[in-house]
Amino acid sequence: MYVQHLMGLSGLLAAGLFIFGLKRMSSPVTALSGIVVAGVGMVAAVAASFLVVFDLMHAGNDRLGVNVALALVALAVGAGWAWWKGGKVAMTAMPQMVALYNGMGGGAAASIAAVALSGDAGGSPLILGVTVIGALIGSVSLTGSVIAWAKLDGKINHPWRFGGQRIVNGVIFAATALLGVGVVIFHGVPSGLSLAILFFFGALVFGVMMTLPIGGADMPVVISLYNAFTGLAVGLEGFALQNPALMIAGMVVGSAGTLLTALMAKAMNRSLSNVLFSNFGDLSGAG
Amino acid sequence: MIIDSSMTWLIALYIFMLAAFTGYEVISRVPSILHTPLMSGSNFIHGIVVVGALHALLTATGLFGQVVGFLGVALGAANAAGGYVVTDRMLAMFKTSDRKGG
Repeated sequence: MYVQHLMGLSGLLAAGLFIFGLKRMSSPVTALSGIVVAGVGMVAAVAASFLVVFDLMHAGNDRLGVNVALALVALAVGAGWAWWKGGKVAMTAMPQMVALYNGMGGGAAASIAAVALSGDAGGSPLILGVTVIGALIGSVSLTGSVIAWAKLDGKINHPWRFGGQRIVNGVIFAATALLGVGVVIFHGVPSGLSLAILFFFGALVFGVMMTLPIGGADMPVVISLYNAFTGLAVGLEGFALQNPALMIAGMVVGSAGTLLTALMAKAMNRSLSNVLFSNFGDLSGAG
Repeated sequence: MIIDSSMTWLIALYIFMLAAFTGYEVISRVPSILHTPLMSGSNFIHGIVVVGALHALLTATGLFGQVVGFLGVALGAANAAGGYVVTDRMLAMFKTSDRKGG
């Protein structure tokens, strides 16, 4: 019981420090201390999330020891690699690193959803629906961000466009959304599992298809949009896990990221739909 | 479950609404030179997803949960750690150039 209270309070502390840190980051004078404040919140929340072990020891989970070891290894591998990579990458290559890390966050949100949907514990349709929507947004953010990273890093040099691309993308999205509805309806039924696999596949493909036609010059705006997407996905998975810290942090990033995206598009004298649906290269080629 | 199950969908909607306004207000009057560091900073903040992934992994009861949970924790940890380093480097550069200029 105490464990749950401690974890809840650490989440509250983290959410408060995130908002305070973001506020400090929004002024040039205090910006550098803002990230440190937010970092303290992150460390506290991650450390406290191991407290669930004490609850599980009483419940008796025979995989607990392995799970803790796996968690420590995963933390060390993920954080170690990112810390090393982020420290040595050239200053000019920063935007694509933000894209890559952002995509990984989207992937993490999608993994949470995958674990939740694979369980046969019957959740309410509301929770399942929110989990599926979060999975869709997180998966799109994952593959979309990876394409954005590849474009900025010079691994994909030309936008890939073909006639009727918007219709094809619309069909992929509609099919994925239908599969998502199917996942909610057939949850717990064995055939529902293959639906879930197809759903995740469709969402990942849609992220690729949505980003490929957009030109490299527009990538900062697109990365900012996917940043907001990941925030939204994290917030929705936070609801599925009944974790208010994830809900608050995710939704704050979701709305702040959406506003930032609009501001960045405005700074380029473009509207967001102009960036996403009409291709910059085509416009400059025509005019 | 982190908190007891009394969190209804209605309270969740309240949390979402207030958080959305908070994010909007925090960003609304920001000079455009801070757009990229703020994007990176908010990228770090949604690294909190690692906490949810840790929950999924630690409570996993099957092989699938362990494998996908492991993947989720690694990805989430990379998001958080990488987001921190990149933001810190961006802001540090920003600050020194600011000092030289003024």
